[in-house]
Amino acid sequence: MQNILLNIDAGTIDWSRAQFALTAIYHWLFVPLTLGLAVIMGIAETCYFRTKDMFWKNVAQFWQKLFGVNFAMGVATGIILEFEFGTNWSNYSWFVGDIFGAPLAIEGILAFFMESTFVAVMYFGWKKVSPGFHLASTWLTGLGATISAWWILVANAWMQYPVGCQFNPETMRHEMVDFFAVAFSPFAVGKFCHTVISSWIIGAVFVVAVSCWYLMKKREQKLAVVSIKIATIVGLIATLGAAFTGHISGQQVAKVQPMKLAAMEALYNGGTDQGLTAVAWVNPFSQPDYQNDESPAFKVDMPYALSIMATNDPHGFVPGINDLLNGYTLPDGTHELSVDEKIERGKLAIQTLADYRKAKAEGASEETLNAQLSTLNENMPYFGYGYMRDKLQAVPYIPVNFWAFRIMVGLGCLLLLYFLVLTIMAYDIPYISIIARRLLASLGIIPETAADNSDITNLPAWHYWLVIILVPLAYICSESGWLVAEFGRQPWTIQDMLPTWASVSDLHSSSVMLTFFIFLILFTTMLAVEIGILLKQIKKGPKS
Amino acid sequence: MTYEFLQHYWCFIVSLLGAILVFLLFVQGANSVARSLGYTDEATRLVYNSTGRKWEFTFTTLVTFGGAFFASFPLFYSTSFGGAYWLWMLILFTFVLQAVSYEFQNKLGNLLGPKTFQFFLTLNGIFGPLLLGGAVATFFEGSNFIIEKNNLINTEAITPVISHWANGSHGLDALLNPWVLILGFAVMFLARVLGILYVMNNVNDKDIRSRGSKLLLGNAIPFVVLFVAYAVHLLLKDGYAVAPDTGLIFMEPYKYLHNFLDMWYFLILFLIGVVLVLFGIGKTIFSKDYFNGIWPAGIGTVLVVLPLLLCSAWNNTSYYPSTADLQSSLTLANSCSSEFTLRTMFYVSFLVPFVLAYIIYCWHKIDAKKLDKEEILTDHAY
Repeated sequence: MQNILLNIDAGTIDWSRAQFALTAIYHWLFVPLTLGLAVIMGIAETCYFRTKDMFWKNVAQFWQKLFGVNFAMGVATGIILEFEFGTNWSNYSWFVGDIFGAPLAIEGILAFFMESTFVAVMYFGWKKVSPGFHLASTWLTGLGATISAWWILVANAWMQYPVGCQFNPETMRHEMVDFFAVAFSPFAVGKFCHTVISSWIIGAVFVVAVSCWYLMKKREQKLAVVSIKIATIVGLIATLGAAFTGHISGQQVAKVQPMKLAAMEALYNGGTDQGLTAVAWVNPFSQPDYQNDESPAFKVDMPYALSIMATNDPHGFVPGINDLLNGYTLPDGTHELSVDEKIERGKLAIQTLADYRKAKAEGASEETLNAQLSTLNENMPYFGYGYMRDKLQAVPYIPVNFWAFRIMVGLGCLLLLYFLVLTIMAYDIPYISIIARRLLASLGIIPETAADNSDITNLPAWHYWLVIILVPLAYICSESGWLVAEFGRQPWTIQDMLPTWASVSDLHSSSVMLTFFIFLILFTTMLAVEIGILLKQIKKGPKS
Repeated sequence: MTYEFLQHYWCFIVSLLGAILVFLLFVQGANSVARSLGYTDEATRLVYNSTGRKWEFTFTTLVTFGGAFFASFPLFYSTSFGGAYWLWMLILFTFVLQAVSYEFQNKLGNLLGPKTFQFFLTLNGIFGPLLLGGAVATFFEGSNFIIEKNNLINTEAITPVISHWANGSHGLDALLNPWVLILGFAVMFLARVLGILYVMNNVNDKDIRSRGSKLLLGNAIPFVVLFVAYAVHLLLKDGYAVAPDTGLIFMEPYKYLHNFLDMWYFLILFLIGVVLVLFGIGKTIFSKDYFNGIWPAGIGTVLVVLPLLLCSAWNNTSYYPSTADLQSSLTLANSCSSEFTLRTMFYVSFLVPFVLAYIIYCWHKIDAKKLDKEEILTDHAY
């Protein structure tokens, strides 16, 4: 029966990838706002708990109302993601389900039940539980969402950097051997911190934008001002945190996914003393000719910055795409194999596995089996390469990585600047605020009347519009981060272990194409409904 | 703690989650009869608000059921979900529609109008339990798949996939089997029965309770008929047995009857469950001021479904049999995770009682006062 199942068309792989990407991108429109708003409404309700001032209760309930509309869509898209691992990536589910399934199960037991229980108390328990219990429920709803993020990011981080596992030739799959290595891998910790903190930025930007709309309309001013003050602090801490954790993530990528880093930088040929690309032209619509070109057109570097980022050393060696394809030798003499060599060793691993299973079935001697196992273990790190037919398959699509990375970093810097300006506008920080505001006034950015105090209720309308426009930009920034993370890992489902074409289910492409379009229509319609409801709720305001 | 014990333990946990899920399908059942229970728009809204406070438990249990199955029996996850693609996709579609419907239906700015989302709730209410029941039936009736792990070592394959559905329908073929449909409809009517019992208990409204009593009979009769028909069929049919020493699968006459007799404690649980379900239904129909039927019927449902699911897997039985290639059938031993993973998850499962405790406490707090029209007007409502 060994040669059955060989008729899956290549379209199945592409449509399966497209469907998963579609679901993940939609899911990520709702999750960061859930995580971000959870912090804001938690702070507002804490203020209510401490002061017993009904104003704070109104503030908390208003943000909770918007949270609820968004939360439902996060739940709806989330369930699809979990089940798509089985429906569309069945081979993957078997090959690494022993490791990958555990975080998903723990997520369900620890996080989903917490969210679903306490979100009900948060909405329906105002008159049924004590204020302290209600406050705890509000925070636990957010904590549940955050714990959920932890476990799903543990699973995702493991796909980027598989640790704590071993291949079992008897069961033909990878199996977990160290739970803590999986659950607390440095990649998971970095990914969790960067992702959750960046979600708080989305929440903060959203709250500030809604509040600015009220200020522009001269209504709900008290709510708007306190919300801006809370969101500004959350946003400032989060943007600084995201920058720091982003740097750590970058260093981890350099270490374990050098091809992703090379694609992000469009670094065709690496070396020591590498600069970080500040400006360059990479055609967004076609893969560049990295094998023949020296570097992208109009490239302007920040000297040594890439070497510092990747190795903490201005003279550190950073491999480019061609180095990774053709193999290279580090300054310390360490030789990295070429992709062709890895393919050869991957094929040897697969062949040895086949020989081992055959020999075992035929009752071969212990000595023979041990020799085969030794060869298998030696070549197992390259197992996934054995499914490649051409070394160029190892290169991800460079334009998406290059531009998505730049959009993420560029918009991230803009958001940092935005929250810095908001902080000095909304708070009276001794010396700093007054000097900065006067500087802004002298440049004509804010009116003279706003220079001497932290009154943000009377700024010109264009200031408020500018803030509102930042909402979609913040989302683009957040989604770009995921594009870098996931496109950069291509062609791997699990780095170096399993490529996408060895991970899919045995489906005809037309089936997956059909479900892709059903999801596209469904999610888009629901998103339109959600936006419609959110806008109406905002227009109605907290007193509704 | 042996590997075999851990396999059985995780089968028990997954089955328990499945049993609780069937009980929690009262949310779907009540939504499917919401218009009949609610005599006016206001009363229908009461029904939706009553189930709206519980829908997340059903949803979360479904997700956790999937996650636990994935973690403990990944070969089932990859074979069934990837193979019976359309069956699972249909289930997912109905649950996705439900997830947004509560929150969106009565909100201003809802571009599709409240009726659309109420239609989605009805759709999920009917097809969710029907399809889930059908999926459960395949544990006894078999599915059309082949597994060949050696495909992984074929580097010439375009995609070295190990699990293969043996026909092009990808799971829809299950719905052509009348016994799959019978169990599917039995679960659907059970969900409606439980839904009516739950609403009668949870909503303080005389008219809803009076209509519930009448509706109950109309749904309980088809449920009992279909359930008894399937139970008799199951006890008399040949089952998929596993030879414990070789792992070979073979057909054994009266296998599930043997399972119940070998594991007599399951038979007792099953019978207690049946009695409790019938008691909950009967007392609610015949007593005008008894509205607690959801408790005996709900507990009874768990006690019926749990042994039923365990009988599909324990006692050397293949829980996901293949009708295309008998030896591809899934057993606890050939489809489970490694001993290390099952052991790790065993310790994680100690958290379950803690989770259950806070769910019960919060549920008790929220339900201490029964839902009425006034609460909908003055409090947060869907």
